[in-house]
Amino acid sequence: MTAVAHGHADRAPSDGGPASTRIVVGYGFWIFLLSDIVMFSAFFAAFAVLSGNTAGGPSGRQLFDMNEVAAETICLLVSSFTCGLASLAAAARYRFKFYAAMAVTGLLGAVFLGLELHEFIGLVARGAGPQRSAFLSSFFTVVGCHGLHVTVGLLWLGTMMAQVWAKGFRADILRRIMCFSLFWHALDIIWVALFTVVYLMGMVQ
Amino acid sequence: MSETQIEAGPHDADLAPGDEALDGAGVAQGAWGYVIGLALALGLTAASFYFAGGKLIWAPAIPAALIALAIGQMGVHLVFFLHITTGPDNTNNVLALAFGVLIVFLLIAGSLWIMANLDHNMLPMSRIMAMQR
Repeated sequence: MTAVAHGHADRAPSDGGPASTRIVVGYGFWIFLLSDIVMFSAFFAAFAVLSGNTAGGPSGRQLFDMNEVAAETICLLVSSFTCGLASLAAAARYRFKFYAAMAVTGLLGAVFLGLELHEFIGLVARGAGPQRSAFLSSFFTVVGCHGLHVTVGLLWLGTMMAQVWAKGFRADILRRIMCFSLFWHALDIIWVALFTVVYLMGMVQ
Repeated sequence: MSETQIEAGPHDADLAPGDEALDGAGVAQGAWGYVIGLALALGLTAASFYFAGGKLIWAPAIPAALIALAIGQMGVHLVFFLHITTGPDNTNNVLALAFGVLIVFLLIAGSLWIMANLDHNMLPMSRIMAMQR
């Protein structure tokens, strides 16, 4: 009898049998996110190599509006915070708090996208579109790819709110919410690299 | 039904990334972790923007300072938002992250190294154009 209780208490972690679906799904999505970050690192490498090649065109220092970049950064940071609150609310099955936190997250993400689109339209209007120089091609690629990810994230966010409304906090819905919040936090990490390497380093050079 | 619960405690083998071992403390402690993370992230961001714009530190050291702050902030995001820790329940997540970081480092440093070397060994563009005439 004591042996059984004992064996349960100090068993090795790997003796616990197959992991739960939540852990397997979360781990698989974590691997996907890391592969996404590897893809971004290729775009970052291209930007770092090409950032000086302005082909006689404008450089980042002449183009970037740092107030706009600061506003975008604050939007994304606070949206990551509210996304964390939403996943806490989902874990505790608080419906209204979940909807509220997700709505604020989506709103901040939309403001971020609006600011980024405003910046892109302004650049193209000033003749600094992606075809102007190698620097601007790589700039639009890396920043636009992040913006595309945020757009997909907003669609996903709306889907999760609708699914919780229609199906409730079922186990599969909770796993999707977990994957969504991992995705949203990972986008924030990529944005940290973006504003440092693209904008701040561009202003310093 | 049991898989819907965020399992925590010494009997569990692993923790999914993003899940936190709350040890029964509940939502308030979880929210507190996000508040600390947000405060640290905003502080590091403000420092980055201030260093890039101001004259506080020696100009040639600014890029190194910015990179250090960015890496620090990514760490804050990983710990407080993604809940990647060094605990035994997180071993798989940390190993995957370490491999990802290795590939990212090889890709970026390797690209910069090779391209700088090529650039250094290439003839100036005007000479190439002259040879093609």
